[in-house]
Amino acid sequence: MGNGNFDGNDLVHAFSALGAGIAVCSGIGTGIGQGNAAGLGAQAVGRNPGARGTIMSTMLLGQAVAETTGLYGLVVALLLMFVKPFDN
Amino acid sequence: MFIGGPSLGMPTLQEADFYIHELYPVNFFGTTVHITTTHVCTVIVVAALMILTLFLRHAFFKAEREGRMTTASTIVEMGVDMLTNFVETALGKKGAKKYINYIGVIFLFIFFSNVSGILGLRPPTADYGTTLCLALVSFVMIEYADIRYNKWNMVKGLFEPFPLFFPMNVISIFSTPLSMSLRLFGNILGGTVLMALYYGMLPWFAKLGVPAALHVYFDVFSGAIQTYVFCMLTVTFVADKRGVE
Repeated sequence: MGNGNFDGNDLVHAFSALGAGIAVCSGIGTGIGQGNAAGLGAQAVGRNPGARGTIMSTMLLGQAVAETTGLYGLVVALLLMFVKPFDN
Repeated sequence: MFIGGPSLGMPTLQEADFYIHELYPVNFFGTTVHITTTHVCTVIVVAALMILTLFLRHAFFKAEREGRMTTASTIVEMGVDMLTNFVETALGKKGAKKYINYIGVIFLFIFFSNVSGILGLRPPTADYGTTLCLALVSFVMIEYADIRYNKWNMVKGLFEPFPLFFPMNVISIFSTPLSMSLRLFGNILGGTVLMALYYGMLPWFAKLGVPAALHVYFDVFSGAIQTYVFCMLTVTFVADKRGVE
């Protein structure tokens, strides 16, 4: 490190970091989905304030399921960064 | 690890401590396993829960005997009321009786585990071993309800809408515990990692005050939501298998 020489392991680390960055892009879809659910939930509460509790729990459930894909990306990124499966 | 690094005069990632540490080696039928941070934190959480519940039980019955309300007895009644409402809306009165104990226990354990991060423990739910076991218990319960209440319709359901869907239906059954465990694990681990990075990699003046807000968000808010979601999913899946009453 620091003297301008690279070996294979440095390359692996660099690409692992890059891969981790790409993996957490799965958060984009999650964000869109959860925002959509929250917006529609707010709309539903506006239309029918009496059903607030039911709408809230349904919305949270839907958001939690939508969150799963984003979390898969997060787990992959964490694995790449900290468990370093491609190290030799 | 190469974030920052000594050359930039910044703390290195080694100082961000969110790993599971192996504390004592234990010989388990010939293989060496370790008592880890997770075990210690689980024992602490369970001990705290036991002390709290024993205290609340004592206070509740004492208030009952004396025929007056105290703070503790009100807390117990409110909690049981909320739990009963939560389970009964999904399962109905008859079904709720069977499942309310399990849901209550799992709710308390997951919630206290998640919130324990605020006291400086490493949340037990930030270890995949814990969340996988929790999800497997729920999974067995869901499948038991399926077999018990649907009998042969359950096997028939695997081949619907037509037999070609059989592999996909089997995969969807086994993806339930996977997604349930990974959801809880990922959320709590994400919070733990972010908090550790914040504590480990920023200069001292950034650690005044701001972490309190982060703790409230990552440990309390996120932890409560995930607890609710885990219990809600278990209840919903069981209710789905039992059919509408």
